[in-house]
Order: sequence, then structure tokens, then C-alpha cells
Amino acid sequence: MKSKILLASKELKIYKVWKILFPFSFLLFPFCAGAQILSGEGQLHGSIEIDAQYYKPDSLIGAPAVPEKMLMNTYDELDYTNGKISAGVRYEAYDDALQGYSTLYNGSGFPYKYISYKQDNMEVTVGNFYEQFGSGMILRAYWQPQLGIDNSFNGVRVKYNPTKGVYLKGLVGDQRYYWTEGAGLVRGIDAEVNLNELDSSLANMKTKIILGGSFVSNYQASTSTTYNFPEDVGASAGRISITNGGFSLYSEGAYIINDPNAINNDIFKTGDGVLVRAGYSQKGLSFLLSGERIDNMSFKSDRAATANDLNINYLPSLPRDETYQLAQIYPYATQPNGEQGLDGEIKYKLPKESLFGGKYGTDLDVEYTVINSLDTINLNDQATNDKGYTTRLFNAGQTNYFQNLTLEIQHKFSPDFRMIAQYDHEYYDMTVIQQEPGSPNITSNIGVLDGYYSLSSAHTLHMELQGLQTAQAQGNWAFALAEYNFGPDWFIGALDEYNYGNPDPAQRIHYYTVTGGYMKNALHITIGYGKQRAGILCIGGVCREVPASDGFTLSITNSF
Amino acid sequence: MKKQIVLFLFLLFIFPTVIFAQSLLNSKVPSIQVKTVDGSTYNTSSFSNHGKPIILDFWATWCKPCIAELDAINDEYSDWQKETGVKVIAVSVDDARTMGKVQSFVKEKEWDYDIYIDPNQDFQHAMEVINVPCTFIIDGTGKITYIHNSYMEGDAKVLHAALLKAAGKK
Repeated sequence: MKSKILLASKELKIYKVWKILFPFSFLLFPFCAGAQILSGEGQLHGSIEIDAQYYKPDSLIGAPAVPEKMLMNTYDELDYTNGKISAGVRYEAYDDALQGYSTLYNGSGFPYKYISYKQDNMEVTVGNFYEQFGSGMILRAYWQPQLGIDNSFNGVRVKYNPTKGVYLKGLVGDQRYYWTEGAGLVRGIDAEVNLNELDSSLANMKTKIILGGSFVSNYQASTSTTYNFPEDVGASAGRISITNGGFSLYSEGAYIINDPNAINNDIFKTGDGVLVRAGYSQKGLSFLLSGERIDNMSFKSDRAATANDLNINYLPSLPRDETYQLAQIYPYATQPNGEQGLDGEIKYKLPKESLFGGKYGTDLDVEYTVINSLDTINLNDQATNDKGYTTRLFNAGQTNYFQNLTLEIQHKFSPDFRMIAQYDHEYYDMTVIQQEPGSPNITSNIGVLDGYYSLSSAHTLHMELQGLQTAQAQGNWAFALAEYNFGPDWFIGALDEYNYGNPDPAQRIHYYTVTGGYMKNALHITIGYGKQRAGILCIGGVCREVPASDGFTLSITNSF
Repeated sequence: MKKQIVLFLFLLFIFPTVIFAQSLLNSKVPSIQVKTVDGSTYNTSSFSNHGKPIILDFWATWCKPCIAELDAINDEYSDWQKETGVKVIAVSVDDARTMGKVQSFVKEKEWDYDIYIDPNQDFQHAMEVINVPCTFIIDGTGKITYIHNSYMEGDAKVLHAALLKAAGKK
């Protein structure tokens, strides 16, 4: 009996070592096998990214004591290409994961490894891959390490162009869930037809038309005795893109069959979404109008998954990506259970040598976004169909989730001096967006002045002044930043984010940071020391919480 | 023990990168499918400027330093073209959400560049670009002669010097 257990543990060890060694076989493969398919000289490239932080507890700002004191995330990739073959691996280590990342990431390994073969009009990838159908409303796998998101597929993908203008994709795979894989098996196909490429008589036509359609299904077994979960959840989407000179129109519609899950509180309602974007642009001027409606569109490869885990699809949100620090304090997060919104943007360049254009012209940008709830009628049908609610299609919902008006002006005064001024007026329903019941609805005004001055070809100065005024939540904030670039490879900087209007005088804190860095070719090294306020970081409507912290940071990135 | 094995293998992993990895410098642009602004598919192996240099710039509509760099190049573009015959290819890494803004953004900016979109970040990945902006110069023979990640004021002058070198003018 004892020897059996010993054997078992030995086998386990061999299995574990094999599991670690397995990715290397991907790298060795192109070196050893298939000499005929390797043509010419192979290329080996890669990248390294290391983010480390040393943490000090700070009870005033709410920075917890971190027992390990120092934490690190690293992502290191190698890609080899030779002729028709390419292969690669990514090593990731979280020793342990930085604060704000799920502790499920703790550990290290090779979560991303692939071999791809490309010939004429066909490409086959086995292993891990990222993919997107249309605008992603029913399928998008992507990697966003800043948000801790990696929903890559592990399986097989085939891309095929049967004829000019027709692009087909098919895939089968499981999705990454930290160091394991999600419970569901995802299958998807996508077809795109470019009419102008397909029919040679349309090749020179000014109007360009592209049609696309996709179907995705997720299979997850159910053992529930309470619910009759659909084990195969299908989703379909169609899209059209029309452009004619400066005019453009893009529209996509998506539909998901009933998929009771942890996000929609296990209701048996179908999901649908629509996105429409119309624009006109000419030299120095552009208009863009977008509308979207999302109803019960959370689609994950595990019906029990929450937060950002195991998303099969991606819901494009309308608000602009704010880049200035104080404009990021109250960022919008897409509401997969339901939202509808409109976004309009006008950009205009005041011509060079005009009254306000100056020598280089002045860029004006006005954008307005409004997002509301859906207009829903509660069905109270838990005991029967359990569809939860129904909606009135063309009515705006009663609750305003988010509104933002942005005005931005960019002007270059001389070859050595340029400035950006921005004003935002924002309304933010914190209860819905940050899912914190009882939070106030926040109305804020944000002003930004951002200036760049070249002292000489190798010495430049960058300064920002920002203010946020609100009577709610943490009250007013001020922000100042100065960065000096010299060499031209070196830089130093300092910033202070000051919550001077906090209703609690003890919380009127300076969150200051000093940084220094070196940049040469693709190498980027930054060290910093300072305090980070608690908040949420959002990229493209997808967010993660960032806890308060105090301490040193080190970041290194390089490619070769 | 497991940690030591992983560390050992990590070093093994680093070893070939040091020994065998070619720098991106002197290598050629890989063959990847990207999109034009009207949605057509285009292969990056077709990037060409008839023996003259190319500035290949990865950017996004939400990236302030990227816009500053492309604006700075635009102010000098006609002079640089006269000097070296250079062509700027600006590849947007805007994703599904913001790629619809690219065309109107470029028109308003009056950038006279060849614009492509890399919505699934395949080309960005193949070029090992971690962050944008990332700028490459490709000489007349198709070889990468310059890489720079990030943009600060004054970097356009460094880029200009590298461009003259790639064009054999310096």
C-alpha cells in the first residue's frame, strides 16, 4: 500500500515536471522538425515585462500590511517564426500577485503556448490564441495584463479564405481561468464577405460594403437539480459596414439564447444587443454618432463565473477613455445586464493662419455621452417561466447611469510649446456602476491644463494642473504633475493628488509620487515611490479595483 | 523544490533568448493581416515604399503621447519627404470599441499617412510591441533600423536623425 502511494506521488512529480517542460517542446519543435516547411532564416523575438512593488502599511489611506512586503508580476514571451511555421510561449509569474490582482494568479507557469501553420489561404493554430468576431459582442478573447484579464482559448483555430473577399474562421477551445481552464467548451464560426473584393465589377466602386455573421456556442454540463440549465448556449451576431468617401456606417446585432447565470441572477431570459455607429469626416472636420443597447448580454464559459472571469464576449461601451488622472476617478463600467446609450462627437481643426488657428492650427473636440437603464417591466414569474423582466424597446429607462460632456482644445503655440485644455462635466450613478448600494450620485466638474515645453532638443518639461469639484463622495481634488526629460533617454517626475475637499478633515491627504526612468530603444525602466489612492482602473469599460498602497515600484519592459 | 525547478527552467528559457534571439533591429516586418480604415484586409508583408524608408508607428486614438508624436511628425512631414522620400504607416491598435473612431480621427487631424487597424493586436504581438506609442524605421531594403518605445517632446528630432541615417543621408 505504502509503495503504491509512493509510486503515485512519484508519478505526480513526473507529471508536474512534464507539465512544466511541455511548453519548451513548442520552442524546440520548429528547431527539430519539418525541415521542408522551414524556409530561409528563422526569427526568434520576444518581450519581457516585470512589475514589482514594495508595500508599506498606511492605515490613514487604507493601505493594508502585505506580509510578503514585496510582490511581483512578470510576463515574458518568446516567438519563433520560420517560413510557414510560427510558435511561441509566454512565461508568467506572480510571486505573489500584485495587490489588486486575484490571488488565484499566485504561482508561475506557461499559460500561453501555440504553434501556427500558414499556407496560401489557410492558417491553423493549435494551443492558445486570441480572437475576435466583429466588434466582439458574442466572442472576443484578449489579454489585458493591466486589468488581470486573459480569456484566451486553448484549442484549435482555422482561418480560411476560400475565394477573394471571403474570410472564414472557426475555433474550438476552453478558456483560461487563472492557472486552470473554465468548465465550458466554446465553439465558434465567423464569416466575413467583402463585396468589393468578391465581385471584380465592384472593385472600383466608391461604396465599400462588408457583411459578416457569426455563431458561437458554449457547452457546459449541468448537475443542478433545482434548475433545468440549458447545457448548450448558442449566440449569433450579424454585422454590416458601409463606407463611401467620408461617410461610414457600422452596425452589429447580437442574440443569445436563454442563459441563466450568476450575473443575471439565473433568469431564463434571452439576451440581445445592438450597436450602430455613423460618421462623416473630411479634412479638418469629423462627426461621429454612436448608439448601443445591451439587454442581458453576459456570456461566459461558466455560468457560475463572476466579475471579469471567463467572458466569451465583450460589450463595447460608449464613453471615451479618459487619460487624465482626475477624469479617471469616476470611470464608467459597462453594465452587461442592461444599458442603452448615445454618444456624439464633433472634432474640428481651426485652420492654420486663421484667427485662432495660429501657425499650426487648433484642434477642438466636443463629446457628449449619455447612458440610461433599460425601460423594464418586472414579470414576477420566478415560479413559472422565470424570465425576470421584459423591456419596452424604444423607451429610455428611468435611471440615468452616466452622462459626460467633454470639451478639449489643443494648440501649438510655437515649435517648442504646446498645450491641451480639457473640461468635463460628469454625472455618475455610483450605486449601479460600482455596485455599492447607498452611494451618492456624483456630479462633478473637472478641469485640466496640460503643457509641454522644449528647452532644447534633449531637455523637455511636461506639466499638468487638474481640479475636480463635487459636493458628493470624497469632495474636491487637485492634481499637479511635473516631468523633466533629459538626455533624451532619462526622465524624472513628481505628482501630487490632493483630496483637499474631503468632508472628513483627517482624509484630506496628499497622494504624492516621485518617479524616475530610463528609455532606450525598446527598453523602458521606471522606478517610483509614493502613495496610490484606492480606486478603480477601467480600460474600455472593463474595470478592476486598485487598492490603496504606499511604497516603491519598479517596472521594466523590453522587446528584442 | 517546485519553485527551484521553475526558476531553473525560467533561466533555461532566458538562455536561448540571449544566445539565439535576434534583435528586432535588422529583422524584417512579419506577414500579418491587418485592416484598412474601410474594413478591407491587408497583409503587412506588402508594406513598401519603393526602396525609400518607412516610419512604422503603432498608436491608438486614446493615447495622448501617440497623438503628440504623429502631430509632431505631421508638422515636419513634407520636409522629411523631400529629404528622404519617407512614408509614414500608422497602425492603430484601437480595439473593437474605439476602432470605429480611427478614420474620423485621422481626417480631422489632417494626417496624410497610410492608416491601418490591428483590432485583434496580431501585428502588435508579432512586432513585440508592449506599449504604444512604438516607432520603427524600416530602411529601403525592408530592414528595421530603429525602435523607440514611448514619446516625449524632442523625440521627433531623434527620429529625424535616425531617418536620415536610414536613408543614407548621414
